[in-house]
Amino acid sequence: MNIASLAPLAVVLPILGAALTFALNRNPLAQRAVSIALLSLTLLLECWLLASVWTTGTASVTLGGWQPPFGVVMVVDQFSSLMLVVSSVISLAVLIYATGQGMADGDREAPVSIFHPTYLILVAGVSNAFLTGDLFNLYVGFEILLTASYVLMTLGGTGPRIRAGVTYVVVSVVSSVLFLIAIAMIYGATGTISMADLAMKLAEVDPGTANLLHAMLLVAFGIKAAVFPLSFWLPDSYPTAPAPVTAVFAGLLTKVGVYAMVRTETLLFPGDSLNTPLMVVALLTMLVGILGAIAQSDIKRLLSFTLVSHIGYMVFGLAMSSVAGLAAAVFYVAHHITVQTSLFLVTGLIERRGGSSSMDRLGGLAKLSPFLALLFFIPAMNLAGIPPFSGFLGKLGLLQAGIALGTPLAITLVVGGVVTSLLTLLAIARVWNRAFWRKPEDADYPAAALKDTAAVGLLPRTMVGPTAALVVFGVALTVFAGPLFQLAGNSAEQMLDRAAYIHSVLGGNAKVPGVAAPQGGGK
Amino acid sequence: MSVNLTLLIVMGVLYACGIYLILERSLTRVLLGLMLLANATNLLILATGGYAGLAPLFTKSTDPRDFNDPLPQALILTSIVISFAVTAFMLGIIYRTWALARQDDIQDDVEDRRVAKTPSFDAEDDSVVPEETSEFPVTALTEAAKEGGPL
Repeated sequence: MNIASLAPLAVVLPILGAALTFALNRNPLAQRAVSIALLSLTLLLECWLLASVWTTGTASVTLGGWQPPFGVVMVVDQFSSLMLVVSSVISLAVLIYATGQGMADGDREAPVSIFHPTYLILVAGVSNAFLTGDLFNLYVGFEILLTASYVLMTLGGTGPRIRAGVTYVVVSVVSSVLFLIAIAMIYGATGTISMADLAMKLAEVDPGTANLLHAMLLVAFGIKAAVFPLSFWLPDSYPTAPAPVTAVFAGLLTKVGVYAMVRTETLLFPGDSLNTPLMVVALLTMLVGILGAIAQSDIKRLLSFTLVSHIGYMVFGLAMSSVAGLAAAVFYVAHHITVQTSLFLVTGLIERRGGSSSMDRLGGLAKLSPFLALLFFIPAMNLAGIPPFSGFLGKLGLLQAGIALGTPLAITLVVGGVVTSLLTLLAIARVWNRAFWRKPEDADYPAAALKDTAAVGLLPRTMVGPTAALVVFGVALTVFAGPLFQLAGNSAEQMLDRAAYIHSVLGGNAKVPGVAAPQGGGK
Repeated sequence: MSVNLTLLIVMGVLYACGIYLILERSLTRVLLGLMLLANATNLLILATGGYAGLAPLFTKSTDPRDFNDPLPQALILTSIVISFAVTAFMLGIIYRTWALARQDDIQDDVEDRRVAKTPSFDAEDDSVVPEETSEFPVTALTEAAKEGGPL
């Protein structure tokens, strides 16, 4: 049996769940049960996909009976199935966390009847974007997840959320329009929008035209992935959303942009025509992002800036277009999704326990709630890249790939990467020192909740549980870094080779065009 | 590939007006700009389909080259539906902004402005460390003894 024929279920199951939970909007208990059960089922399915793709290789399925290159295909390869599994783990943990928060609060803040269907549609959009092998279907996947994210971002319709939501919606719509223009021009130039077919036909397009199409796609995805200088919307809009929503946005949405950039760079436009600008942009993203983080006094905003900054690492790995660099980038994406989401979830807990997420108001949390301090400390050190955590391993892989490449620009990026890592440690240490270590009375404006030492009920188990599970998952990425790096290496080789992808979609007789420009070192 | 010049000119004008409008600060104008951009893009997709032809309903006697390219029209249909949904949502947000703040403008991020105004000197981070060289200061010990706590 072709394993890929199960792949559409990764999109269909969440959408089915959305329909069911929407019908059950008067019964919060049933809503929770349905959405958690269906997401768990999706996760199991995706683990199965990953396991079988690992052994049997890339598989694809045509939808609706239209043969490629005319119909929409879904392609499961190692990279997409890895992204699916990690994203489902994240979304399941966040869903349980949000459910726990809803139960603890008696659902006063968020209108829960809307939350579950919208959240499931977001998950479906993310899965669709990861699985699709068709450029326009990728656009549709983006639109599904973006429209769901608009609703989640403005949940409750309070003043600050509407203000942040406006920026977010306008920027996202503009990026989608850019993407659509790029698709139209690609169709005009080649007459196809199937990605495997494009990989063949774009090789015959005039290099100048190809560069224009390439740059347009990168700009459109760069806005979604929050790459400097297209990143200003992110720290402005993410922090105001409810904690679980911010967590899942931080983990998934920017990474879908990174995923699309990886596909563009490897499948559609291989070679190194735009590698130099990408590297410069990666360096600026890292440095500008982390310098912004240091200036912040609100933990959520600080984390949003570190999110922007660490996107730079992934773009760096991608821009090297060597197996080592791409493998490290794939590993880094998996690591960063997990760690950034756990940190945002922990921040939600900090906000509940301390009554604020501003470092000017917090203090003494380590004494007040040692377990919370532990939950913050582990992913924080992981993010900063302290050995032996996965953040260190991912950065080490990137730096080694950069040194193997050996060009002056790559070496500059290696230095920039180390500096960014140190500055991340500084930013995280500021949070630790202020919110956790100092006495509550040392805070500039101590929050009232800090004096209440008995308020353990503010941290319900249903919220701490998924956070702790996610932290453990992050540590597991460290423990099983060997197999994960092997998987990342395999998927990087496959993506740079392209033959497996194209043959799986267009059949074994398709002739894969060679890469025109020589590839960088590090092979 | 032949194209329709009128459609191209209309598309250009729509793009120009759309870009001009999304640079405004008023939300309603931004929304109008986005709508114009979406429609201009639909025209662009239509133009990629090439010359106008017969409706793509298969008949054996017709030469395949006489048919219109159906794919761009399918894409446009999807894109119209999407932009319709987004426009409706934006209208909802604009109405909500009006209900909350009684204004139609995009508002500043307060926290961003506050951070930008923060002086580089931070009283807590940068002030001189008070002179206390001992790891276990005497004052703390005596205070602990006064409270009857463990030394």
